Amino acid sequence: MDIYSEIILDRYKNPKNKGKIKNPDKKAEEDNPLCGDKIQIYLKLDKKGKISQAKFTGEGCAISQASADMFMETLIGKSLKEIEKIKNEDVIKALKIPITGPRTNCALLCLKATRDLHG
Amino acid sequence: MINTSQIKSDFPIFKRQIQGKPIIYLDNASTTQKPKQVIEKLINCYENSYANIHRGIYTLSEESTKAYENSRNLTAEFINANPEEIIFTKSTTESINLVAYTWGEKNIKKDDEIIISILEHHSNFVPWQQLCERKKAHLKIIPIKKDLTLDISAYKKLLTKKTKLVALSAISNVFGTIIPIKQFIALAHKKNAKVLVDGAQSIAHIPTDVKKLDCDFFAFSGHKMLGPTGVGVLYGKKEILKNMPPFLFGGDMIKSVTIKKTTFNDLPYKFEGGTPNIADIIAYSEAIKYLQKIGLKEIHDHELNLLKYAIKKFGNHKEVRLLTPPINQASGILSFTVKEIHPHDIAEIFNRENVCIRAGHHCAQPLMENSKLSATARMSFYIYNDFSDIDKAEKTLIKAINIFK
Repeated sequence: MDIYSEIILDRYKNPKNKGKIKNPDKKAEEDNPLCGDKIQIYLKLDKKGKISQAKFTGEGCAISQASADMFMETLIGKSLKEIEKIKNEDVIKALKIPITGPRTNCALLCLKATRDLHG
Repeated sequence: MINTSQIKSDFPIFKRQIQGKPIIYLDNASTTQKPKQVIEKLINCYENSYANIHRGIYTLSEESTKAYENSRNLTAEFINANPEEIIFTKSTTESINLVAYTWGEKNIKKDDEIIISILEHHSNFVPWQQLCERKKAHLKIIPIKKDLTLDISAYKKLLTKKTKLVALSAISNVFGTIIPIKQFIALAHKKNAKVLVDGAQSIAHIPTDVKKLDCDFFAFSGHKMLGPTGVGVLYGKKEILKNMPPFLFGGDMIKSVTIKKTTFNDLPYKFEGGTPNIADIIAYSEAIKYLQKIGLKEIHDHELNLLKYAIKKFGNHKEVRLLTPPINQASGILSFTVKEIHPHDIAEIFNRENVCIRAGHHCAQPLMENSKLSATARMSFYIYNDFSDIDKAEKTLIKAINIFK
């Protein structure tokens, strides 16, 4: 199986969760300087403190962008404390591709960003 | 004409196949592969005549010292310098930092000006940026033109009587642009500014004559010219080196040490404190001989032929944007982007066919930002590459385009 699966390519070319949020409650930025991947994350919280909207912008390789697009969906309904508990393996598994070595950094860029939320 | 198949047979690494496919190495701007002559010299040194240098009175030490100093002599000859003007360091980066920390600290004062170009590799960008910060001096940047060459008219305007140093690459590691550094040096000298040339990318690809250039410093690495890693060279004009304080203090760079005072050794040893990278520096001599046998002019011509062929082949694809200067200022480096395919993915797919290229910002983030690029893919050619390597690369490009269609 290929890392450039249909799902990855589709998410890369037709992302479902790409864009900015006006007046986000939380945001974050993360770079992978080794290869030029960049991610910005925007979150909106509802009255109970759960994430109601999650979007990302950025540029980078297919893996980093597709992973971010899929990751945004997993954040919906979670609290900030709950997203702190998301592990690397969870993000990698969700991609359903045989990813190894330096490409895992691409896939995990979005998760890394959530470790440094501000605003 | 270079006989690439003859040359390739001198490089043991090309015997290797990965998953049944040969290695197509197109990342020579990053580092070059090693011929058996260099490898055997290294092994021979350790197996037959290894000992510390400048010390012992026994045979092994004498042989080791002779071989080490022979590398220095050959290096001097290679760039038309005097041996006492050749300092061995561990890399171009260390060579440049040596100048920043010794000449720079002594000579740069508040409100002085240092000029570099937007093309600079981080190793010839950050040391000067940091020196200016420490000294409250001003860093000025020569812009590039749309054709990816340096804007010499802008440079002339940047030069003032406050300019103390100009630090420039001889060849851009991103676009392959050959800078007409002789002109830039002459202009700097008119304003009494010194010039340091970062020759990392040029030393193995075009002839170097430091006397003709009249540069004050010239830095380069052995590993980018078929030599081992851990071998760097700094050339400096004798009078300038004499007036520079030492860099690293310790053994071998001293004449005498008492509790109260130390006097320093003569050139070049003043700048070679501590046990150097003896065996690798000795092995490096074989790299110089190997290149001299082929000839730097022949190497440049060979690379230009490959570049022209690559431009033709890759230029046939409408998705590809080539980032290359006018051919008369170009060398064997070709950066490119592909519409909607990130360079990282390009390099990954190229790797499936064992075509080794580089993707990213190439240690030139200011240049990338200035050029509004997040990253490029880069192929860089050398003496063991031929047209079939480029054909392979093009086939892989087509594969990448089809995957992302």
